[in-house]
Amino acid sequence: MAGASVRACNTTVNPIIKIRGLGKQYRIGKRRVTRTLREAAMDSVTAPLRYSRSFLRRTAGDAGNVGKRDTIWALRDLSLDVGEGEVLGVIGRNGGGKSTLLKVMSRITEPTTGRIDLHGRVGSLLEVGTGFHPELTGRENIFLSGAILGMRRNEIERKFDEIVAFAEMDQFVDTPVKHYSSGMYVRLGFAVAAHLETEIILIDEVLAVGDAAFQKKCLGKIGDVARQGRTVLYISHNMASVEALCDSCIYLIGGRLEEAGKPRDVIAKYMASQTRANSGTISLAEHPGRRPGYKPHLQSLELRSGAKTAVGAIRMGDPLTIVMSFEAASPLRPVVGVTIKTTQGAPVCSVNDRFSMQLRDCKMVSRGTVVCDIDQLMLMPGQYNVDVSFGDFGPELDVISDAISFDVLPADMAGIGRLPPSSQGPMYCAGTWKLCEDTDRL
Amino acid sequence: MPEASGDHAIESTPTITIVAGRRSAGLDLYDLWRHRDLFYFLMWRDVKVRYKQTLLGASWAILQPLLTMILFTVIFGRLAKVPSDGIPYPIFAYAGLLPWTFFSNAVTISSNSLVGNAAIITKVYFPRMMIPAAAVGAGLVDFAIAGVILIAMMAWYGFGLSFAALMLAPLVILTVILALAVGTWTSGLNVKYRDVRYALPFFIQMWMYASPVIYPTNFVPQQWRWLLVLNPLTGVIEGYRSALFNRPFEWQHMAVSAAIGMAMLVYGTYSFKQMEREFADII
Repeated sequence: MAGASVRACNTTVNPIIKIRGLGKQYRIGKRRVTRTLREAAMDSVTAPLRYSRSFLRRTAGDAGNVGKRDTIWALRDLSLDVGEGEVLGVIGRNGGGKSTLLKVMSRITEPTTGRIDLHGRVGSLLEVGTGFHPELTGRENIFLSGAILGMRRNEIERKFDEIVAFAEMDQFVDTPVKHYSSGMYVRLGFAVAAHLETEIILIDEVLAVGDAAFQKKCLGKIGDVARQGRTVLYISHNMASVEALCDSCIYLIGGRLEEAGKPRDVIAKYMASQTRANSGTISLAEHPGRRPGYKPHLQSLELRSGAKTAVGAIRMGDPLTIVMSFEAASPLRPVVGVTIKTTQGAPVCSVNDRFSMQLRDCKMVSRGTVVCDIDQLMLMPGQYNVDVSFGDFGPELDVISDAISFDVLPADMAGIGRLPPSSQGPMYCAGTWKLCEDTDRL
Repeated sequence: MPEASGDHAIESTPTITIVAGRRSAGLDLYDLWRHRDLFYFLMWRDVKVRYKQTLLGASWAILQPLLTMILFTVIFGRLAKVPSDGIPYPIFAYAGLLPWTFFSNAVTISSNSLVGNAAIITKVYFPRMMIPAAAVGAGLVDFAIAGVILIAMMAWYGFGLSFAALMLAPLVILTVILALAVGTWTSGLNVKYRDVRYALPFFIQMWMYASPVIYPTNFVPQQWRWLLVLNPLTGVIEGYRSALFNRPFEWQHMAVSAAIGMAMLVYGTYSFKQMEREFADII
């Protein structure tokens, strides 16, 4: 297996991270995970029957299908070498296996197949403020969170002042964290995590949080860590930061290694695969962006603008119609939500009937088409992704991230023959300007 | 040479190897030792936050066994006239309630500890056993506070401490081992079967009546006494009373407690290591 898929092998003689044939399987759907003792008791009664049945099926050569239905491979046959001091970017859509890879590498969860050799201690920064307790003060939480992340006590003591200074919060260090603003909380959380001194660091981009200035500081710190010669795995949806920080990059689709190499090339391939979907229509029956654990209810998605045909690009200010067909096992009143996001993954706006409840009194149906009309699409030119969710008035039944992407084309919004400037944020706002010389008459 | 990798140049043998489908789930003592600071901080956190936002604070550590002792003295000592080996019933009950309260609180808090710490279990690796163990360890602080009251009561009733009190040290260790064994096992079980949370309080209550907390061992008819002795807490609670009130020790009973306690700890740990592999996926 080893030789076949080692495409990210950068001919490192002594890789600090060596991954071979790594796979992680999760059970979904009709799972046999028993959660209560009653189920366990029932299970032990019915188990002999079930095993004999599945044995018969296996002998009939049908077992493969059974496995396929009940489980998903979040990570499949991944082989990879990372050299010491290398900064490796990990990109891909949601559900591509990025987080699973980091979780397996940091020993949070066990792999189903394969092996990993790590020549160094691993620090994983998958969340801001890991282990913070709201009742404890900032000072106490620095020690607690530091210890949970794997720091020794004297190491934390040595870095304490540095951490407090980085978080910019010396006067609040003895205040319980529950009184912190959310900004202060994430600043302190990142500051602790950023001072880990392990040889290998796994970073999830969500760490870069807070206001714009602090985000910049976070990315700067990640860059510093990278330059210190430590080995970093960096998950991100922000292609600009991957290109700036990483020496190499891998692109995961459906848990498999799709592409590996120089960040610029891998990112180009990823972006190309994103834009190829811009036909304005897509089947959702087997969509890679479906969140794990959800069953296909949504069948297809189509974007229209005025006419009855699918379009992959919409002029700003024009109407947008989202047409979604669904099928359910039993009749229900559909509740559908649509979120439009930037390609960096930041939500721009959301239309959700769970909030507006316009279909509240509609007929119960087990299949049909839901149509959402947006009168004017007030987005700036650029590419956008769409998340969709489907349910009834109970829980969500189907959630798909990055179900489709579309382009917004520039238009002469002001009616003076000029196009709006680019990179001014995703929302378009039509303002009315006036000048008053006399402030009192305003 | 970057500072971080100063003494960690790449060796030929990897520091950590992660292999799929490991059969043996041995107890990695070195791993536990390396994380000793974490154990300390988790324990310290549990102590610190236990009585946060309560009016009476750490007084609860005293009030719990004290109020139970008063209740039991009235109901069992006065009304039901349960004998107490010639020791005044209040202090007889308190001497039993002291280890029992520690044990039952430690097991209860410990059994919910993993579920309560789900957020860190799904985000960071560390030996999971630290969490239920720290919950048991944190209970020792309450145990010590309640112990001070016992000393005061003994002075009040005119009992002095003899050399027999030295036996308290191994008895405390045995109590901790028992709490650790049950707490670790139930905490792991609770991750998979949330029934534990509801079944355990009832079970603990039954366990108390099956232990010589409110009655002396000789209160139980001779032919059933062996059953009582199989309860590992019997030897422990008897031992506390013997050590405190300078009575002859029932060495046999204590040996049974120690043997069963160790067996439970081994089984609890082994079972925990088996269940541990699934924690992050199902918690």
